[in-house]
Amino acid sequence: MYGQFSDMNQYLHHNLDKSNVSNIRIIHPDGAHSIAVGLDVPVNIEIEGHAGYFCAGMNKQANVTINGNVGWSVAENIMSGMVRVKGYASECAGASGHGGTLIIERDASLRCGISMKGVDIIVGGSVGNFSAFMAQDGHLVVCGDAGDGLGDSIYEAIIYVRGKIKSLGADARIEPLTDEDHKVLAKLLALAGFKHDTKEFKRVASARQLYHWNADANQEY
Amino acid sequence: MSNLSKEPSFLFGEDTIQYIQHAAATGLYDIRGLGAKRYLPSFDDLLFLAGSASRYPLEGYREKCTTTTVLGTRFAKKPIELKIPITIAGMSFGSLSANVKEALGLAATELGTSTTTGDGGMTSEERLSSKTLVYQCLPSRYGFNPDDVRRADAIELVIGQGAKPGGGGMLLGQKITARVAQMRTLPAGIDQRSACRHPDWTGPDDLTIKIQELREITDWQVPIYIKIGATRVFNDVKLAVHAGADVVVVDGMQGGTAATQKVFIEHVGVPTLVAVQQAVSALEEMNMKDKVQLIVSGGIRSGADVAKALAMGADAVSIGQGVLFALGCNSPTWIDHDGQHIDATEDYIKLGTMPGFCHHCHTGKCPVGVTTQDEILEKRLIPEVGARRVKNYFKTLNMELTTIARACGKSNVHHLEREDLVALTVESAAMAHIPLAGTNWIPGLKEI
Repeated sequence: MYGQFSDMNQYLHHNLDKSNVSNIRIIHPDGAHSIAVGLDVPVNIEIEGHAGYFCAGMNKQANVTINGNVGWSVAENIMSGMVRVKGYASECAGASGHGGTLIIERDASLRCGISMKGVDIIVGGSVGNFSAFMAQDGHLVVCGDAGDGLGDSIYEAIIYVRGKIKSLGADARIEPLTDEDHKVLAKLLALAGFKHDTKEFKRVASARQLYHWNADANQEY
Repeated sequence: MSNLSKEPSFLFGEDTIQYIQHAAATGLYDIRGLGAKRYLPSFDDLLFLAGSASRYPLEGYREKCTTTTVLGTRFAKKPIELKIPITIAGMSFGSLSANVKEALGLAATELGTSTTTGDGGMTSEERLSSKTLVYQCLPSRYGFNPDDVRRADAIELVIGQGAKPGGGGMLLGQKITARVAQMRTLPAGIDQRSACRHPDWTGPDDLTIKIQELREITDWQVPIYIKIGATRVFNDVKLAVHAGADVVVVDGMQGGTAATQKVFIEHVGVPTLVAVQQAVSALEEMNMKDKVQLIVSGGIRSGADVAKALAMGADAVSIGQGVLFALGCNSPTWIDHDGQHIDATEDYIKLGTMPGFCHHCHTGKCPVGVTTQDEILEKRLIPEVGARRVKNYFKTLNMELTTIARACGKSNVHHLEREDLVALTVESAAMAHIPLAGTNWIPGLKEI
């Protein structure tokens, strides 16, 4: 059960704080799960290849770059710092993230940003169905298309989509961008290094019709 | 007047007619707190066969009976050692006040047992007051963060809850105060729904990897529990063990909740009596009994219940509703700083109920200050007073437990066994796999 990266993770947890090490390369990740999870130190980590599930899970402070694709739940419950995926991300990217930034340069699969609580997620390509499900806070930027049920039961998170939206989920609606939206979106795009005009994006947010029990919305609960 | 027809209907009794007419008037289902109120087969349907000529009892007041309980011995570097096999179940800050969470931590610490967070994160009050704190990882992930993961003594991945297996949590707007909202990253005052599925994994194979992630984050130090609501217990326990759990918590349908649909509470899940039998059978079939520990919860009330759960094969029990009642839930009075009992009957009446019948936790207007976030009502539960009452309650349970264990000739409560039990009814014999009293018959088993 002891994982192939357990010793490395424990090194990252306990040996960086008082060291002068600020840059680490992880080679031959070989799709292993739980690489660089639970970090709480301002270090730059480069993962040279594909990573499995939960890569950079619960990250604090660290900047983690994956030069490859990632499996499920990259940067789940991220609190701060930045995680950048140069390739594709599988399901549940940034799930329940409380803060920090997750950048996915290509596509993200189903449920990207599910239950997000303050993280900013910027996706260079498209996102799969049910992305931003029950998203509570933060921003999801989608430079490509979004699948079915986008923003279902969304709370206070904001979604920006440049391409097509296959369908919206319960209580999600398209709204015009405000001046503040344009500023926020421009900043997020610049952070990710994506060059798009903010005018090309649609804003999706909560209609707030399900915030209180509503007998006429029984199929929405 | 005597000629008035009053032939009652069994199928459409007064309660049923009232339910239909309420539904017709509002279009809404009932939501309430606590657990199932219907009759269910329970530990009351089992009895102990104490020592006599064929078994040798221990002297009740002189011979020691050990209650030490160790949980999480499978993979964790630091298993949890408790002085008693009775723990405090997960209940959220949000459903309970911060004072109550502090009271539970104080009580658990004095007793040498554990308490558990809930859906809403870990409060500083409960961490500071609890020597041994189990941190729940729930589908909502409200307030869930790595700092609290690292300062937890165990992590409990909650897949389901006995009162509402397959359903998510609820916290109605009146309980979403500014502090609760901030901890949950939600707007204050909204009717909050928790998810029923975890956001970052779905099936049992993913669960295996999720557990591995939690172990990596905690450097393999602390036990990982998996809590399931009792439905297909046999299969669920096997999957939990396969996924790598150190401890499995099985919550029967008599378990409580802060708020959920009444139809869930009364009609979904299986009784705790069934749950414990199926869980133990699963562990035995996998040859994992005593390697993976089993905690049973869901309507545990007395030392007799604890003893029966242990005799059936549980390693420990977890109590929620009993703890609330010990704190004063459904009491006609609350206790002030001078120890005076202050009558709260009027507040029960305002809620449309009376002491002894209240299940209005969902309203946030608990007359005795237990299940509330109201800043006036929550002061009715003084942490030190609540802690003393919970401590007394658990001490009583533990004394009852050891009394029964000694009578059965056991110097360790964990030596209680199924052979010490008989069933009172055919249905309990079938569900618990305990022979009907006076027979060697277990309905449904081909061989005895």
